[in-house]
Amino acid sequence: MAKELLKGNVAFAEAAIRAGCEAYFGYPITPQTEALEHMSKRMPELGRVFLQAESEVAAINMVYGAACTGVRVMTSSSSPGISLMMEGISYIAGSEIPVVIINVMRGGPGLGNIAPSQGDYNQMVKGGGHGDFQPIVLAPATIQEFIDLTVEAFDLAEKYRTIVALLADGSIGQMMEPAELPPMRPVRKFKDRPSWALTGAKGRDPNIISSIYIDPVEEEKLNLKLMKIKEEIIANEVRYRDLMLEDAEIAVVAFGTAGRIAQSAIKTAREEGIKVGLLRPISLFPFPYERVKQVADQVKAILVVEMNGGQMVEDVRLGAEGRAPVTFYGRMGGVVPMPDEVLEEIQKLHAKLKGGS
Amino acid sequence: MQTEIIISGFGGQGALFIGQLLAYTGLDLKKHVTWFPSYGPEMRGGTAHCTVIISEDEIGAPVVSRPRVAIVMNLPSLDKYEPLVLPGGVLVINTSLVDRQAERTDIDVVYVPANEIAEELGEKRLANMVLLGAFLTKMPIISLDEIAESLGKHIPEHRRNLLEANLVAMKRGSALVTA
Repeated sequence: MAKELLKGNVAFAEAAIRAGCEAYFGYPITPQTEALEHMSKRMPELGRVFLQAESEVAAINMVYGAACTGVRVMTSSSSPGISLMMEGISYIAGSEIPVVIINVMRGGPGLGNIAPSQGDYNQMVKGGGHGDFQPIVLAPATIQEFIDLTVEAFDLAEKYRTIVALLADGSIGQMMEPAELPPMRPVRKFKDRPSWALTGAKGRDPNIISSIYIDPVEEEKLNLKLMKIKEEIIANEVRYRDLMLEDAEIAVVAFGTAGRIAQSAIKTAREEGIKVGLLRPISLFPFPYERVKQVADQVKAILVVEMNGGQMVEDVRLGAEGRAPVTFYGRMGGVVPMPDEVLEEIQKLHAKLKGGS
Repeated sequence: MQTEIIISGFGGQGALFIGQLLAYTGLDLKKHVTWFPSYGPEMRGGTAHCTVIISEDEIGAPVVSRPRVAIVMNLPSLDKYEPLVLPGGVLVINTSLVDRQAERTDIDVVYVPANEIAEELGEKRLANMVLLGAFLTKMPIISLDEIAESLGKHIPEHRRNLLEANLVAMKRGSALVTA
C-alpha cells in the first residue's frame, strides 16, 4: 500500500480497525478526538461497534465487558480522561483481559490544557491503577510507529492477556506525516475466540471472569501469575531505537516526541563535531534497562530529555547504575522544547566534559 | 536539505490548508514532510498557524524556533514571526491586512496584496493561494505545476469545481514576484 498523509489520531484509529478491533468505546477529549470521529464513521460502516459513552468511567467499563467476550477492544483518551479510567484499568488487569488503551497526553496536572505533554509517564508505566500489575507501555515517535505499534498492541495484549497502553502526546496526535497503513485483517470468527472468553456456556462449563479474590491466598496466586507474565514480558518485549550511538561520548535518552526533538538537536551537534547519539526507548514497560547500562558503560555522560518534570529519568538512572552521570532537561505544562534548547544542553555537557579531561 | 515553513493568520484564512497542500505535494514528490497545526481554542476566531517541514532526509522535530520561511496573513503573525525567520530566509506578507513594512534587511521580503487580488478574482477565500504562488516563485522548493497536480489529486470531489480558481489565484501570486 502507498504512503498517505495521515494525522496521528486518524492513523491509530484506522490501524486499530485494520488490526481487527471490533468494538471501540470512548468519550471525546482534545487532543485525541479525531480518533472518535474516525471510529464513529468507520466502525458502523463495517458492522462493528462504536459507542460514545456518557463518561470515561463508563467507557472503560464497556471496554471491560466487551473484552470479556474475546473480541479485540480499544479505547483512547487524553490525560484527564485516562485518570478517570484508572479504576476500570485495574479491574481489567485483575481479570487478565487483553485491552488496548491509547493515551494522547496533554498538559497537566488537573484540567491543565490541551498542549502536548509527557506528564503521564509515571501514571501509566508504573501501574495505571491500584494493585500489583504493570501494563505493557509503548511510545510512538512518528505516525508510522503509531500505526505499527497499535497493530502490535492488539497482538501483545492477547499474547500475554494484558493491557497494552500506547503513550503518545498531543503533537503526535495532531500532526500529519506520510505513513503506510497495514492491510485489513479479518476479524476473529466466533468459534476462534479464546477459551477463557465469555461466549455463552453452551456445551461447556461456564467461564467466570472477575477481579475479586476474597481469600488473600487466592489473590496472591493471581499476583504471582501476573508477576510471572511480567517476567516473560521483560524478557521478550523490550524495544528501543539507537541513533548515532556507535562512537558517542554523550547519549541523549528521550521517548516519543521528545526523542524526535532530541534527534534534530543531535544532528546539529554532530555537525559541530560533538559525538552525541540518541537512545529512544519505544517500550517504556518493559524499559530497556540493559541497553541503558551498555550505553552508560560506553559514554561519558547521559542527558535525559522529557516533556515533563523528570519521570523516565528515574528509570534511566536505574539502568545506568551510576556508570555515567545522568542529567535532565525537561519542559512542562504543555510546552514543547525546541531543538535548540536541547542543543544548548548538549553543548553545555560537552563543554563540561572537555573542561574535565 | 530541510525547509521549515510557518504559515500564520486568522482562523478561516486558509493557513492550515495551504500548509496541508504543501505537505501533500511533498508526499507526492516522495519527500519527507511533517505538518504540525495549532489546534487550540485559538482555531475558533483567533490565530491559526501551522509548521510544515519538507526534507530530503528523515525529519526529527516537527517544530522549529526559527523557520526558513514565514507566510504571514495578518499583523499579529508578522509581529510574531518576522524576528524568527532565519537570515537569508523568505517572509511573505499579506499587505491587505498588514499596514507596515518589514523591519528585517537580512531576509527576502515579498509583499502581496492577497485579499485584493482574491477579491478581483471574485472569491476572497483564495487569498491563501495567492500567497502560496508568490512564495513558491520566490523560493521554488516545489513548482506550481507540482502543486497543481497534487491539488488535483487530493481535492475532495465536492470541491473539484474550485480547482481551476485555486490554480488561477496561485498564478496571480506568482506573477507578482516575476514581474
